Amino acid sequence: MDESNISFFDKEGRRLDGRRVDELRPLKIEVGVLARADGSCYIEMGGNKVIAAVYGPREVHPRHLQEVTRAIVRYRYNMASFSVEERKRPGPDRRSYELSKVSREALEPVILTSYFPRSVIDVFVEVLQADAGTRTAGINAASVALADAGIPMRSMITSCAAGKVGDQIVLDPMKEEDNFGQADMPIAMTPSGEITLLQMDGHLSQDQFHQAMELAIKGCRDIYNLQRKSLIDRYNQLENVEAEPVEEVKACD
Amino acid sequence: MTNVISEIRKDFLYNLLLKGERSDGRSFEDYREISIERNLISKAEGSALVKLGKSQVLVGIKMQPGEPFQDSPNRGVIITNAELVPLASPTFEPGPPNETGIELARLVDRGVRESKAVDLEALCIVPGKQVWIIFIDVHILDDCGNILDASSLGAIAALLTTKVPASKFGLGDDYPLPVKDIPIATTAIEFSDVAMFDPDSDEESIANTKLTVITTADGSICGMQKSGTGVLSPDQVYRIVDIAGEKAKEIREKFLEA
Repeated sequence: MDESNISFFDKEGRRLDGRRVDELRPLKIEVGVLARADGSCYIEMGGNKVIAAVYGPREVHPRHLQEVTRAIVRYRYNMASFSVEERKRPGPDRRSYELSKVSREALEPVILTSYFPRSVIDVFVEVLQADAGTRTAGINAASVALADAGIPMRSMITSCAAGKVGDQIVLDPMKEEDNFGQADMPIAMTPSGEITLLQMDGHLSQDQFHQAMELAIKGCRDIYNLQRKSLIDRYNQLENVEAEPVEEVKACD
Repeated sequence: MTNVISEIRKDFLYNLLLKGERSDGRSFEDYREISIERNLISKAEGSALVKLGKSQVLVGIKMQPGEPFQDSPNRGVIITNAELVPLASPTFEPGPPNETGIELARLVDRGVRESKAVDLEALCIVPGKQVWIIFIDVHILDDCGNILDASSLGAIAALLTTKVPASKFGLGDDYPLPVKDIPIATTAIEFSDVAMFDPDSDEESIANTKLTVITTADGSICGMQKSGTGVLSPDQVYRIVDIAGEKAKEIREKFLEA
């Protein structure tokens, strides 16, 4: 609570975990980790461990939610009760309702929903371990899982936060920086720079806000490269394994 | 359920926009007429009825002693709730709050909390045992657009009139709630590359992106939220944030500072 007593930087200006102010936490993305889902992705962003699954396009239940001209998108952000220090009561709370809404709205602009009228694309995100930035990790994983499910999209979505600690703008705050910091600003965007999610709480001057935006955009670009690489790697791998049967089918006609 | 608006009305609004106009003659940055009536509810510790154009929002504050949170034993507690009651709009349905209602309540809460508007340390009665709990209840009465700005304005206006009901609980004399900042939320919709502030309900239903910016008295930003299924460019965001700061200052000076 008392932010003045904590020093967030060492003498060389490095952060509690040794990062520079504009550095992301270690990032790991794995594609296609679940067998039943149409698309899935596991992501580690620092101490966050998040898994996303995509089902659909499939029939909408309850039926009255159907849209005649497009698919609806549902997004469920859920935290495991063991994912945080103090056990979280299972099930949705007000925070997860809000996060589900803004995360869905972060992805919907790029999904070509008009291809699948009367159907639903379900995105389920489970936070297995939380360490500040779970919504951004969830969106990053969901975007990869959507691609893995073969859902037509205009582009990928990448998400990243900037924060303020000790009057300094930092990229990708970790738990201590989030808890005792002065501001947190998660964004999501397309590779071409269209913002699809923007939230902020805390205290930022106009200048600091501009700095935070630039830093978060930079972070997103780095994460995008890894999202892209993990998808390409995954499908290269699949291609190598399944190359032969595909050739045979072609030979038939 | 969503607001239904006819194609012809949509076209009309769009064609006006191309000429730089809005259906009620405002400029893109103008707010509708604002009025605030205070202390309408004598049973509440503080209250405010905000009219923003035809939108009406009533905010009531109730306070009672209770237990603090474990991680902040010496601080009062704020609990914000919003009711989108079915009397306020054909699109509101009875039942537990849906995600729109939850988002609204959480944004009103964010403004009050992150601006540190209420001096929560001053609301400690017995450290670790008993603190004041502030319930901010937002009651939407008529949704003619931009109920978020109206709710946020109502919350701070009501807090400014709130008296801590100490005598009712045998804790000494009543005293005014210590309020240190005045956060103002300003919302703009993005439509066809134009930012329109204080959208009415028709304008809300033609746009698919909204940005709310909450600013404090020193001109800093204490909260932001993009809502809706569209996109914004960084430049659009910067522009809206700039204007939002100016608008918030005007509203703060005109309606909330004595």
